[in-house]
Amino acid sequence: MDTLTRRRFLLTSGVVGAGALAAGAGAYSLRDLLDTAGDRDPQSRTLVLVTLYGGNDGLNTVIPDGDPAYRAARPELAYPDGEVRRLDDDFGLNPALAGLHQRWSGGGLAIVRGVGYPKPDRSHFRSMDIWHTAQPDRPGNTGWLGRWLDLAGGDPRLAVSFEPALPPLLAGARSAGAAVPVTDRKAARGLPAETLAALAAAEAGESAARGRAAACFADLRSVDEMIRQVRDSADADAADPDGEQAPATATGGGRTPLDAQLDLVAQCVEAGVSTRVFSVSLGGFDTHADEKQLQAVLLGQLDRALTGFADRMSRTEAGRKVVVAVYSEFGRRVRANASDGTDHGTASDMLLLGAGVRGGWHGAAPSLTDLDDGDLKYTTDFRDVYATLLERVLDTDPGPVLADWRGRLAGLF
Amino acid sequence: MSDREAVAHLLRRATFGPTADEVDAAERAGPAAALDNLLTPVRPDRGAAATPPPALGTDPYARLTGESTREQRQQANAERREQLQRLTLWWLDRMVAAEDGLTEKLLFFWHGHWATSAQKVRSAHLMLGQLETLRRHGRGPLGPLIAAMVRDPALILWLDGQKNTRKAPNENLARELMELFTLGIGGYTEADVKAGARALTGWVVDRRSGVARFETRRHDPGEKTILGRSGRFDAEAYAGLLATQPAAVAFVARRLWFRYAGTDVPAPADLAGADTATTLRALFSSTAFVATRGTLVKQPVEWMVGALRQLGIRPSALNEQQRKQLLGGLNALDQVPLRPPSVGGWPAGAAWLTTSSLQARLRMAGMLAATTAPAVLARLTAAPTAGRPDALARLLVVDGWGARTRAALTPLAGEPRKLLAAGLVSPEYTVS
Repeated sequence: MDTLTRRRFLLTSGVVGAGALAAGAGAYSLRDLLDTAGDRDPQSRTLVLVTLYGGNDGLNTVIPDGDPAYRAARPELAYPDGEVRRLDDDFGLNPALAGLHQRWSGGGLAIVRGVGYPKPDRSHFRSMDIWHTAQPDRPGNTGWLGRWLDLAGGDPRLAVSFEPALPPLLAGARSAGAAVPVTDRKAARGLPAETLAALAAAEAGESAARGRAAACFADLRSVDEMIRQVRDSADADAADPDGEQAPATATGGGRTPLDAQLDLVAQCVEAGVSTRVFSVSLGGFDTHADEKQLQAVLLGQLDRALTGFADRMSRTEAGRKVVVAVYSEFGRRVRANASDGTDHGTASDMLLLGAGVRGGWHGAAPSLTDLDDGDLKYTTDFRDVYATLLERVLDTDPGPVLADWRGRLAGLF
Repeated sequence: MSDREAVAHLLRRATFGPTADEVDAAERAGPAAALDNLLTPVRPDRGAAATPPPALGTDPYARLTGESTREQRQQANAERREQLQRLTLWWLDRMVAAEDGLTEKLLFFWHGHWATSAQKVRSAHLMLGQLETLRRHGRGPLGPLIAAMVRDPALILWLDGQKNTRKAPNENLARELMELFTLGIGGYTEADVKAGARALTGWVVDRRSGVARFETRRHDPGEKTILGRSGRFDAEAYAGLLATQPAAVAFVARRLWFRYAGTDVPAPADLAGADTATTLRALFSSTAFVATRGTLVKQPVEWMVGALRQLGIRPSALNEQQRKQLLGGLNALDQVPLRPPSVGGWPAGAAWLTTSSLQARLRMAGMLAATTAPAVLARLTAAPTAGRPDALARLLVVDGWGARTRAALTPLAGEPRKLLAAGLVSPEYTVS
């Protein structure tokens, strides 16, 4: 497939492959999910994958301020002594991550350091493709969790995104996860129900796109139902699009506020739906300039959403079986640029919390001075983490999903 | 395929939704002459002449200083929002009014290609300036276009070019320039990005005057090696180097195919011409283009502007509330001009066919049907009830309804506005 047409921002939902289209990505509603309540093995765990679009600056998230090289590389951008939330003598968390810091102290936050892949690609689009597909050499048309879904039987409700569009990571070769929209306000009226029902019919010999256009009408009824159930996010939508709370960078990301997405995940988990994988996202991390304030706003949103979700999950039996994993397509360059920002880099940290996750440090911290062309050298391959999550959270042999990848991250669970 | 179907297909893709009268004229001229007339209009565009860009007044940001109060900033924000809304509505009105539909659609293509958002640029003046640059160079060869764009104030602000200096190069603009605007991924190396960023150093935007200017002391005059060529590249020389890469014209030709023809049929190998007008001629003349009929999902702006043209609705003639509905509709459909979601531009294809976009289309279709010009509605109701679905197909320049859609439309024949709304959301109209 043309590299351009694989790109998340040009393709967003559904177009991840003919199989995904035929499977009707986006055709599911919250009701369809809630209808599966009670279908699952109560012992099975749930994975919530949080994607931070734009390349979150890992070195200003988990801050190596014990290393003089950190301040030397980022004189203006470094956080001064006393502002960082201490993890140990050498590392601290960004001041905006108060809630996660508290979890760390209670042993509930795992930080995997220096996660990356060989021959890093500094294009957002390509690097995100690599993380979505888990195929660094040549990203294909299927996502790693989509391939898991193929193995798990292909029911789209097993892998759900509350992002505005289906992320490629949920697209399999024969099946695709469900994208459940959350931003709709009012159900459409104006045309009689019979008209909408008639337009839903398939037409022989029609192009795939026209077939899809017709299938949208079939989905409308269930969406109508969903809208009555889902908390109306109209308030968030009505906010000033240029407001100070909406940092603007040029690389996109989910528009739905992360906490609204996680609220829906929580609702589904508590209802005992059959879904094993949820994908949520937060965008805006492309901080080429004036990074500090912008990143702090975003990390604050992340912190509030994650800790609120984790607290809520800790209160139910089903919730205590949820594992959250947070990643971004790359970190940023060690040295700041002249704009008080950072350019695209390589390896970064992953954060994990939830059921059975062993808090504390995992993997080795990359050196700030032994660099690869100005960038950190990765110490843990991201496929080690994926394989561990497949094995320990989704109870699946990672082999068929990750091209027989052998690496694991020992001690994470 | 009949001549009428051939010219209708051409006009649906090359322009923003032709009217039945325009298809009639093109059918009389014949397919070859219709293409000539599109590429080389025989008379000046009266519609464009009647819709000059709005006088925006001063850029509110120009008078802000470090000492400005919170109230002054809020005031400036409010003014900027109003100016941007005015500019967006003007552009929509121009898309509807223009007779030279190919040029207007091509401008929208370039806007989505050099995708720059007012959300970060925060200036209607600079966004309008970029549109004028894209219009000036849009039909011509790539060289002047790239050279003008690397000095375009809006693009420089959007991709942090004004923060790219000799001391600490900022790679954002150089990377996207090669990855998204000219060469495509794989057409350059990381070293090219770094050297390219150095070549672009020195350009800054004066927010007071809205002009990009070159500051020698910020520029890195040293030797650089870009794409295998060494020299003391500056922005102009770097742009020139990119424009002469065969990969660049081929890349842009593939992007044109992607937007005008879609992804169902692969692009012919030899589309790229010396300038964009020539490439478009090759594209529209290719046999592969004919095979794409009925497969391209209309982008929301294409869908809406086409409907406005066919239904005789001018955005400038709408009242305040209707104009808000128009912009609100595009927002709900996720495509507001001047606000692409990322530098990668808008999505394409089935990404526009979701349940949430269908709901937004239904709401908009109701609004469009309600504001349809009486004369247009009269043409529909002039047909006997049984013939109205066919009259609707002619009005909306759809080649014909399938059995499914005809069955949906027939019961609505007695309610012309509902019939119109149903036609606008039908698969045949949504996918052209």
